Amino acid sequence: MPYLWLLTLFLIPFVIVFKIALSDAALAIPPYMPTMKDGLSAMLSQLDFENFVFLTEDDLYWKAYLSSLKIAFISTVMTLLLGYPIAYAMARAPHEWRATLMMLIILPFWTSFLIRVYAWVGILSTEGLLNRFLFWIGAISEPLMILNTSTAVYIGIVYTYIPFMILPIYAALERLDASLIEAAEDLGCSRVKAFWLITIPLSKGGIIAGCFLVFIPALGEFVIPSLLGGSGTLMIGKVLFEEFFSNRDWPVASAVAVILLIILIIPIILFQRNEQRQQEAEG
Amino acid sequence: MVETVFEPWADPNADPLISFKNVTKIFGDFVAIDDLTLDIFEREFFALLGPSGCGKTTMMRMLAGFENPTSGSMSLSGHDIAGIPPNKRAVNMMFQSYALFPHLSVWENIAFGLRRDGVAKDVLHTRVEEMLKLTRLEKFGRRKPHQISGGQRQRVALARSLAKAPKLLLLDEPLGALDKKLRQETQFELMDIQEQTGTTFVIVTHDQEEAMTVASRVAVMDEGRIIQVATPEKIYEGPNSVYVADFIGDVNILTGPVKAVGADTYLLDFDGMEPMTAASDRTFAEGATAHLAIRPEKIGIHVERPEGPNSVQGKVLDIAYLGNLSTYHVQLPNGQIIKAQTANTRRVSRRAFTWEDPVWVSWSATAGVLLDR
Repeated sequence: MPYLWLLTLFLIPFVIVFKIALSDAALAIPPYMPTMKDGLSAMLSQLDFENFVFLTEDDLYWKAYLSSLKIAFISTVMTLLLGYPIAYAMARAPHEWRATLMMLIILPFWTSFLIRVYAWVGILSTEGLLNRFLFWIGAISEPLMILNTSTAVYIGIVYTYIPFMILPIYAALERLDASLIEAAEDLGCSRVKAFWLITIPLSKGGIIAGCFLVFIPALGEFVIPSLLGGSGTLMIGKVLFEEFFSNRDWPVASAVAVILLIILIIPIILFQRNEQRQQEAEG
Repeated sequence: MVETVFEPWADPNADPLISFKNVTKIFGDFVAIDDLTLDIFEREFFALLGPSGCGKTTMMRMLAGFENPTSGSMSLSGHDIAGIPPNKRAVNMMFQSYALFPHLSVWENIAFGLRRDGVAKDVLHTRVEEMLKLTRLEKFGRRKPHQISGGQRQRVALARSLAKAPKLLLLDEPLGALDKKLRQETQFELMDIQEQTGTTFVIVTHDQEEAMTVASRVAVMDEGRIIQVATPEKIYEGPNSVYVADFIGDVNILTGPVKAVGADTYLLDFDGMEPMTAASDRTFAEGATAHLAIRPEKIGIHVERPEGPNSVQGKVLDIAYLGNLSTYHVQLPNGQIIKAQTANTRRVSRRAFTWEDPVWVSWSATAGVLLDR
């Protein structure tokens, strides 16, 4: 059953995309050739790896991949540093508060993601809320240029993905037996030491899950860099979009997507392994 | 050979290891510990016994350093320990849930406290091996806590809390999670380990049998106060109140006004029946209400009226056969039920009484304790 699921929702679309990546661009509908109309054997004989070779020749592409990896990695670390204390505070909060706090974390999902990102444009732009506020309190005399920089992209990614970091960490911390911390203190640990030796290792599963849940979508992120990052921020999601819709070069765009998938498969496999190990440790 | 009896509490010159002086602990408006004064001596196996909510766990947590007294003073070998955090006390605790670190092996769990003290590697190694041997866990050092049985986990928790050789070991319901048979075996193991290591143990339990088995002294607590502190035998045979008599084991209580007849002997008027004779070293005023507490095994049951004082006729209401013992519930003319227990010393014998039979129950003048509250 899970294999059927995988076949229809992943493998078949992947085969189609991979086939397009091996085709050539053409002024036609669909905008590539060869197609099944040419007959199966004729179609297969005309496929080649030309587009993949092209990706290695133009340094735009590998720069975009590297820049995406860097942005995804840094924003994952920032999300973790910000999300862990929030998850910790939630797990330590009195029982009757926890449902409310959880609600507050989930609440932003009730508004469209696109609207929330646009709201950040309003906050970060030169005449935006943030600059006007800083002017008003007298902290700055020149407006800060945040919008259309990578700072804005980081803010956007951290803001959007932080619930995915908080929720698995919270789940791990909430299950943590408070007497383990007391036992560590009783055996000679200070509070800080008990946190490092007990709390962190026992929430490791949640940390890893949260990091992957942020890193994987952030790597292919398109909306945030194109709305907040301006032209200066190079991310592979944006390149992909432009190849498809501006250049109408479907085969190159498909090749970009296939490489992105291959990059993503590594963390996904690691993530799966982590989940499995977690289950074994608990079972 | 003269054997010295271990009873430092009877020696007025002995210095207590732990001393509570007028300790009170208040949570919000709930008084958990109410003006409590208590001494515990070195090498004692001390049991805190009481129903849930009586304050026994709070006392233990104060000793460990997780709670501080609201008022009063607490000292460990003469030093005031109020305000000293748990990681700075020579006190270790075995938690009710065991609180074993799930991500560490059995070996690392036991080594945890020693590592925090920065003990040299070879010393640490010897000490952990020693602890594994003491608790018969040599084969399980490399396993994780979830890969061993409940009884083994209990022993890991014990080994871990003993590894740092604390002056005082606190045990919070240490055998609560084990089944009955394993619990009884483990009680003796605990006593052996306590004797071998010479550590002072304070155990919290709600199981009176467990407290009686393991402890050198038992403190019976209720509503934040200590009602009685004594050896198991004294607690059982000489309870100081109806509460203690009732909490420890089974007891019959007969209540009525008393009058003195000669030295240390009283007559108890019980509901117009023939007055009961009872010896007592407590003094009672003429006509004061007293409670006569008699253990079921000290009451005889007969077909014919026996010689001597304190014989009452009644009828058998219930018989509980427990294997080694049989308990008879005998209803007296005024409706009160007296429990009498006989040992089944013969394998093949006919029971002398059955339901509804008229019988005589009797006890000697010294069988019961006369109590004023």
